[in-house]
Amino acid sequence: MSATPAAVNQMPREHYLNATWGIRSWLLTTDHKRIALLYLASVTFFFFIGGAFATMIRIHLLSPKGLLVTPETYNKLFTMHGVAMIFFFLIPSIPAVLGNFLLPIMIGAKDLAFPKINLLSWYIYLVGGCFVLYSFSTGGLDTGWTFYTPLSSVYSNSAVTPAVLGVFINGFSSILTGLNFIVTVHTMRAPGMTWFRLPLFVWAQYATSIIFILGTPVIAITLLLAGLERVFHLGFFNPALGGDPILFQHLFWFYSHPAVYIMILPAMGVISEIIPTFARKPIFGYSFIAGSSIAIAVIGFFVWAHHMFVTGESTYAALTFSLLSYLVAIPSAVKVFNWTSTLYKGSISYDTPMLYALGFIGLFLIGGLTGLFLACLGLDIHLHDTYFVIAHFHYIMVGGAVMGYVGGLHYWWPKITGKLYPEFLARIAAITLFLGFNLTFFPQFILGYLGMPRRYASYPPEFQVLNVMSTAGASILALGYLLPMIYLTWSMRYGAIAGPNPWPGTGLEWRTPSPPPTENFDVTPEVTWEPYDYDNRPDLGLDVSGAPALAHGDD
Amino acid sequence: MSEQHSEQHHIASPTLYLTIFAALMICTFLTVVAAKIDLNQYFSGLNIIVALTIAVFKASLVVLFFMHAKYSPKRTQLVIIASVFWLAIMLFMTMSDYVSRSWT
Ligand code: HEM
Ligand SMILES: [Cu+2]
Repeated sequence: MSATPAAVNQMPREHYLNATWGIRSWLLTTDHKRIALLYLASVTFFFFIGGAFATMIRIHLLSPKGLLVTPETYNKLFTMHGVAMIFFFLIPSIPAVLGNFLLPIMIGAKDLAFPKINLLSWYIYLVGGCFVLYSFSTGGLDTGWTFYTPLSSVYSNSAVTPAVLGVFINGFSSILTGLNFIVTVHTMRAPGMTWFRLPLFVWAQYATSIIFILGTPVIAITLLLAGLERVFHLGFFNPALGGDPILFQHLFWFYSHPAVYIMILPAMGVISEIIPTFARKPIFGYSFIAGSSIAIAVIGFFVWAHHMFVTGESTYAALTFSLLSYLVAIPSAVKVFNWTSTLYKGSISYDTPMLYALGFIGLFLIGGLTGLFLACLGLDIHLHDTYFVIAHFHYIMVGGAVMGYVGGLHYWWPKITGKLYPEFLARIAAITLFLGFNLTFFPQFILGYLGMPRRYASYPPEFQVLNVMSTAGASILALGYLLPMIYLTWSMRYGAIAGPNPWPGTGLEWRTPSPPPTENFDVTPEVTWEPYDYDNRPDLGLDVSGAPALAHGDD
Repeated sequence: MSEQHSEQHHIASPTLYLTIFAALMICTFLTVVAAKIDLNQYFSGLNIIVALTIAVFKASLVVLFFMHAKYSPKRTQLVIIASVFWLAIMLFMTMSDYVSRSWT
């Protein structure tokens, strides 16, 4: 369906990319769309850093004794991989890039509520990033991304202090973004854009912002306390100083479990936009999807101690948290069922974003269900701190969140740049990613189940075959990431002109030129239609002719 | 969406501020005095309970008057209450672990 005749489309004469020129016009911009691109560049940078560490980990694990580095260095590799990927890539990725770009446009606003604070958040991110890079390059970090005390606060000989400061500082960037989004959604919706006409992506960003605001202060202060204990020997978590190490874990996971939803919720929002577009159908159960985002955000705060089942928390607390963890699977399942129901009798086309969306559903399903395995107290005693956990969260974070991010980048790339990417190549890349991903991480489920612990630099020889498979998969995966980076960049200059609504989609963002003008809309739009209402949108130029969509794709 | 909150900018009198300040000072004094007395002999943990009660009272005064929460729109008050509630969740569920550690 994407074969919109390019001849009729023209790039708008003036848009946000060419409205002003020069490096200052970027570094001092308050345009949410430009800030989104600044974030795009910086999170991509950290993705490369995290990716480089991941590559070294996988190469090292090719042989049972370890190929590449000493055990001490190995500790640093997986730690720096986790810190770069979680705090500096995945958490900001969808909110700060796609959310920043789209949220105001989707609700018909000219910008976010606080444009300068938006720019400030990017600078704060950079400052935090510099601290962390300083830590990485002056001795590295070996505590695990979880910074457990007393290792981080007493025993570690690596550069912990700059790292915790960096994550602490970066937290304020998240808080400001969350604040900005919440205020914007409350106060800047265009006429007719009622709460239940908001695109589901906006609902997801809203739910994410709630977590940002309620959770991030806790991790920031907790890491600061660990830093203070390390530098000034104040007793918070160190038993020798009268502290309690498990307290650190409580405070850390009070944020970091909700944080995993910071990573997945926005991706779910992306999927909720892509599926109706390429099924040509109104989304099934709009209010349930919207409500389940909020439910996930809230319930996500009640399950954190499922990370501590075997680290010394009381059995009764463990029982409670196990039960509560099962609850959080309900709203997640609600979404999966709604997406699949949307596909039913849809007029499905397999454009690239749709491939990512379908991949997301399958991979998230596996990730979520294995989460239930882990939430089961008895089973977790066997599985805790094995590769099963690694596989579980990579299925969700890479298979789910990163797939959602890359899929969303493809879906809105024509809007962001005004250009189309090469569709055939993009489909190949999507399939490559899917295959590479599964080859990398599925063996890890088996490894973990067989008992291979995580965070060890060596392993018994009988695990070698599965590890080699995993490393082979990782190289395919890397190719799958490089391809989009290359052709997306290429398309900015050489791609076909996209036109305002190439797919076509129903949201407000598709009713303004691509790329949009600095003010987003030439006239403030008025919303008179329901979301995803493909049946009643003659303006999209789809041939619906009153009849329900056929079950077969029409391309 | 223009949301007019009928928030007349409330101007609190200097006397009120001084009264609150005096109250805070007295509470600080009370905290110090209470810390010097061994209340735990009457009831285990009483010292910390007294200290925290005074501290919460002081914090409420600061939030209500110095931070103008008392004169703020309902929605701001809701946000404050929600955050305190979230803090309570964190403390309550964390304590549920500590309290039940020794159970068998
Ligand atoms: C569907 C509901 C989910 C349940 C019931 C669940 C359950 C669990 C449990 C019990 C663990 C601890 C395993 C252990 O250490 O022994 C765990 C670990 C983890 N989960 Fe999930 N999970 C769910 C969804 C998610 C999501 C959506 C994400 C990320 C976007 C995620 C990311 C993680 C991470 C990062 C860890 C490991 C943290 C670490 O120790 O480094 N989980 N999960
Ligand atoms: Cu968790």
